[in-house]
Amino acid sequence: MTAIAMPAPDQAVIARRKEILSALQAIVPGEGVIHDEREMRAYETDGLTAYRQLPLIVVLPETVAQVSKVLKYCYDNDVKVVPRGAGTSLSGGALPLEDGVLLSMMKFNQVLDIDFDNRAVVVQPGVTNLGITRAVEHQGFYYAPDPSSQIACSIGGNIAENSGGVHCLKYGLTTNNVLGLEMVLITGEVIRLGGKHLDSEGYDLLGLMTGSEGLLGVVTEVTVRILQKPETARALLIGFPTSEDGGRCVADIIAAGIIPGGMEMMDRPAIHAAEDFVHAGYPRDVEALLIVELDGPEREVDYLIGRVEDIAKANQASHVRISESEEERMTFWAGRKAAFPAVGRISPDYLCMDGTIPRKELPKVLARMRDLSEKHGLGVANVFHAGDGNLHPLILYDANKPGELDAAEAFGADILRLCVEVGGVLTGEHGVGIEKRDLMTDMFSDEDLKQQQRVKCAFDEKHLLNPGKVFPVLHRCAELGKMHVHKGKLPFPDIPRF
Amino acid sequence: MDATLKPRSARDVEQAVGWAAAEEQPLEIRGQGSKRALGRPVQAAHVLDLSGLTGVDSYEPAELVLTVKAGTPIAEVEQLVDDNGQELSFEPMDYGPLLGKDPGQGTVGGVLAANLSGPRRIKAGAARDHILGMEAVSGRGGIFNSGGKVVKNVTGYDLPRALCGSYGTLAVATTVTLKVNPKPETSASFVLSGLGDDDAVAALCRAMGSSAEVSGAAHLPADVDGTPGRTLLRLEGFETSVDYRFKTLETLLAEFGTADRLAASESEDLWRSIRDVRPFAGASVPVWRVSVAPTQGPRLVALLKAKMDVSAYYDWSGGLIWLSCADGDLHDGDIREAVADVGGGHATLVRADASVRSNVAVFQPQPAPLAALSRRLKEQFDPKGILNPGRMVSGV
Repeated sequence: MTAIAMPAPDQAVIARRKEILSALQAIVPGEGVIHDEREMRAYETDGLTAYRQLPLIVVLPETVAQVSKVLKYCYDNDVKVVPRGAGTSLSGGALPLEDGVLLSMMKFNQVLDIDFDNRAVVVQPGVTNLGITRAVEHQGFYYAPDPSSQIACSIGGNIAENSGGVHCLKYGLTTNNVLGLEMVLITGEVIRLGGKHLDSEGYDLLGLMTGSEGLLGVVTEVTVRILQKPETARALLIGFPTSEDGGRCVADIIAAGIIPGGMEMMDRPAIHAAEDFVHAGYPRDVEALLIVELDGPEREVDYLIGRVEDIAKANQASHVRISESEEERMTFWAGRKAAFPAVGRISPDYLCMDGTIPRKELPKVLARMRDLSEKHGLGVANVFHAGDGNLHPLILYDANKPGELDAAEAFGADILRLCVEVGGVLTGEHGVGIEKRDLMTDMFSDEDLKQQQRVKCAFDEKHLLNPGKVFPVLHRCAELGKMHVHKGKLPFPDIPRF
Repeated sequence: MDATLKPRSARDVEQAVGWAAAEEQPLEIRGQGSKRALGRPVQAAHVLDLSGLTGVDSYEPAELVLTVKAGTPIAEVEQLVDDNGQELSFEPMDYGPLLGKDPGQGTVGGVLAANLSGPRRIKAGAARDHILGMEAVSGRGGIFNSGGKVVKNVTGYDLPRALCGSYGTLAVATTVTLKVNPKPETSASFVLSGLGDDDAVAALCRAMGSSAEVSGAAHLPADVDGTPGRTLLRLEGFETSVDYRFKTLETLLAEFGTADRLAASESEDLWRSIRDVRPFAGASVPVWRVSVAPTQGPRLVALLKAKMDVSAYYDWSGGLIWLSCADGDLHDGDIREAVADVGGGHATLVRADASVRSNVAVFQPQPAPLAALSRRLKEQFDPKGILNPGRMVSGV
């Protein structure tokens, strides 16, 4: 096990395993409860595979009533619960606990209602992100957020992580595309938020739930907005002699009032790895490669392709290619989409980081990253959602070499601290999970984190849902609730009053 | 000892709220007071006046990010971004005309506290979709930061979003970071005339389900503004694209009649009027803001018209209904019953005397478990109940 420690398991709960098992079997019959070690192996990790832990028991409910009963039982008996969707989290959000029940929502896999007139689809949380698009594409519709794991990741997990994707600068993150939820609290209470109508009728708990990483409730139904697919899409492939030129080009495109459907940048190591792997025709003699995709009405796309081409040339672009067919557009993307496996070919293992920076800081961050690469003795390749400043450095290491995983994690932590230092944040779309948990204090003050945990107390005062994730220090709710007040006169006599 | 406290810094706000928490003295949280007539009247001896907490901390158009003090007038912010070819694309409405006040008032903090939006809500979202970060003081008297100053961020709970629409009952925002967007080059409106509500909303929904990228979809029935009934679709963007999409709509909606085109300036005036509920301004009868699934809008209005004398018009493709109770009665029971009958949503009383707003549920009542959860959230932010007590729900 590596550097990030999980809370010490409660041996008393582990000792009650048999009793907990029979209670869960009474709620979810048959194969819905898994307790055999070999079968539980499938759940011991998620997309952050360096961390593994067998859960106490795995339960796969099929109805909302079962979810409610399982959670109520765990609440009444002080048993921790780790909710899980498809298990693709890159930050360890679904890492099991030795003394916790793993609650898999993957039997909730039905599309419940497709409503084209209201542009809304109601699905169960285990439906995959791409599954939503598949259900509506016969009428030309799609679901916009497109995390790269979209073929596998579940919409319930997308809610937990507020997932993004290549198109989110123009079309928004999960939070901007969700209309409603049904969820179950740890007490077993079922709550509905939103629906096919817009805006909430009280506090925006829908907004709060989205991105809460499974710490506040278990989602049992989701209503999302669907959109008609853009009429067409075309892309430009642009190479630059320096990352500064590339960064300036991105800024100039946005300054021209253009919000591309996608705008991705790669650095030289990533370009080379991708080109060696898929032969997409990427230029090798550039420091930065930009893919700009414009989507929308045909006339608009043709017009903007010309504008972006001019902007690229004004920024010293050494290579500009414009897709003239759908096939060519897909070729431009092939290298970028294969960037992760391409890097996997040149290195036995890699760690995918996920920070966001103000775009103008890109050249500085890349330069500092090269220094850090030397310091830690590990290579790094960068892919970058250039429009929104979301950086994905891929740190190359070999897990079989002693100490390299630790070095990779230390390198990653230095990169994320650098992101915060230049005015950015720890995670743009992968979530905090366990991976960035201990870095939260680099971005937030003690009071910032305490106020976030007080929100947790409103939902789950016993800290039973997904503990050990997101927050580096768990404070008991009673302690968080204490107020340190000083009675006295009306303060600050220097403040003007009327 | 009634006091108006006018802080000039977040530190001042922290002191003021800390004092109020210690003494259990409720505060009315106020910017310019332009939306005081929204929600339930607050019973508080003291006012925390944030109108002095103004100024732009940073604005980087190329990063699409703007950070301002919460008391900054919204009109100043809109001017600033407009000067840089950008906009707040959630298009916050101005309640002034409807509530009998001057237009153009209000602060950024107030816009967020009420989670304002406009016709573009259906394409670009509301204030809550454009907030990136916030510095605020909770009812406990502690300053906290959440969110960030970049456009993509999932670090920690999304407290800035959750605080939008909380009417100052959870925390007092001191500094906010917003996402801004490029302003469209031009705009136009596609106008169909003489349609009944059912046909009109069917046309709006068909347009919204197309790839024409409609950024406003409203229907003004014949009785609302004296015209023979207008069904409106707004197109914004590069001129060549607007022209092209106008033709797309002509083909798509041919069966609903021949469309007229309003050019940019006339179109902008009309959408501003729709946004700000101008058709119901200048009167005092109760006005409700109802949100339901778009296709259910006409059914809701038909249910109500069978029972009462009501005037209504539609925004958000039929999903937002502005209702004016012409007979002067509230009809809260009938309206909420109709909302439930058409599959749910919410109805908010936006214009009524303070005495009336004290005695009815201004916001949509919530089922017990949701109400209890909301109350627990309030207690975590404001355990002494000193921030705008009763503004949203009686006793909370």
